[in-house]
Amino acid sequence: MTPPRRRRREPRERAAPEPPKPRHGDGADPAQGTTRNPERLYVLTGAVDGERANLDLVTLIVTRGDPPPATSPEQTALLRLCAAPLSVAELSAYLELPFSVVTVLLTELLTAELVQARAPIVRQALPDRSLLEAVMHGLQRL
Amino acid sequence: MDFKGSDTVPGPRTADHLPHTAQAAVKIVIVGGFGVGKTTMVGSVSEIRPLTTEETMTQAGVGVDDNYGSETKTATTVAMDFGRISITDQLVLYLFGTPGQERFWFLWNGLFEGALGAVVLIDTRRLEVSFDVMGRLEERGVPFVVAVNSFPDGPRYPLEELRAALDLAPNIPIVECDARRRASSRDVLMTLMHFLHSLHTTGALT
Repeated sequence: MTPPRRRRREPRERAAPEPPKPRHGDGADPAQGTTRNPERLYVLTGAVDGERANLDLVTLIVTRGDPPPATSPEQTALLRLCAAPLSVAELSAYLELPFSVVTVLLTELLTAELVQARAPIVRQALPDRSLLEAVMHGLQRL
Repeated sequence: MDFKGSDTVPGPRTADHLPHTAQAAVKIVIVGGFGVGKTTMVGSVSEIRPLTTEETMTQAGVGVDDNYGSETKTATTVAMDFGRISITDQLVLYLFGTPGQERFWFLWNGLFEGALGAVVLIDTRRLEVSFDVMGRLEERGVPFVVAVNSFPDGPRYPLEELRAALDLAPNIPIVECDARRRASSRDVLMTLMHFLHSLHTTGALT
């Protein structure tokens, strides 16, 4: 018996069109019958077209100040969760909010200097091999 | 969506807190077709109970979901399971995997572009379910290795035969693994790291 065969693809030019930006509150997914209420997301995040901080799934967020009295419950929860560093992905998971909603909430907290963001190291910015070697040493200890 | 209020949101267990010295994180994405063991692999090496994050994606429906016609826009919730490994007091590694719907991952800005690399997990019973995602990684220039998740009832092919069937570039590693086993999954990640390291050495990764 021989396995099915595939054809290798070539890298595309970098000029590939920008993928659509994730949008929330755009209606429930008919295929999945989700029960989420999209209106609620707009209320929660305040603005629809507001500027968003450039946050990655693995940007680490740390609280740096106490919440002022007017802080929303969601943001109070974020501040409490980030007493120790947590990734945006983990915040999204614990709060059960979509990633894009969490980034909007965090943008406001960053603007108010209530949290600090520790940027991820991404592939394009690899300075040298020391990072890869550090990861290898870390995995070796697992 | 029912937000539970700040007092009732479950956070990480105390044992799952990252140290305050954690300065930066890197990520690796585990891909493959539905049911090949991605979530299993994330769970077997993660130091935390795997978590799930999600995002709502919209895109033109052309060629995506035939039942919606060609002009509609579709919204899809993309869920991703992920785990975490502390590398040092300063550095954290996150592993992302997901059940199904992989074509939508590529709409998630920065997921692959920012990742160190990817592991393509394949199941010899359904090799072809991983073909599309491999092509997409190649198109985007995301470095990857191939791990063959061994299922007892799956056909066994020599790795070189699989390499030929998958049309892998000669330098791309292909290894066998058991995604349920921590040591085996760890070895797959090590294979990826060695591969990335070799790309650095040969100047292929900039």
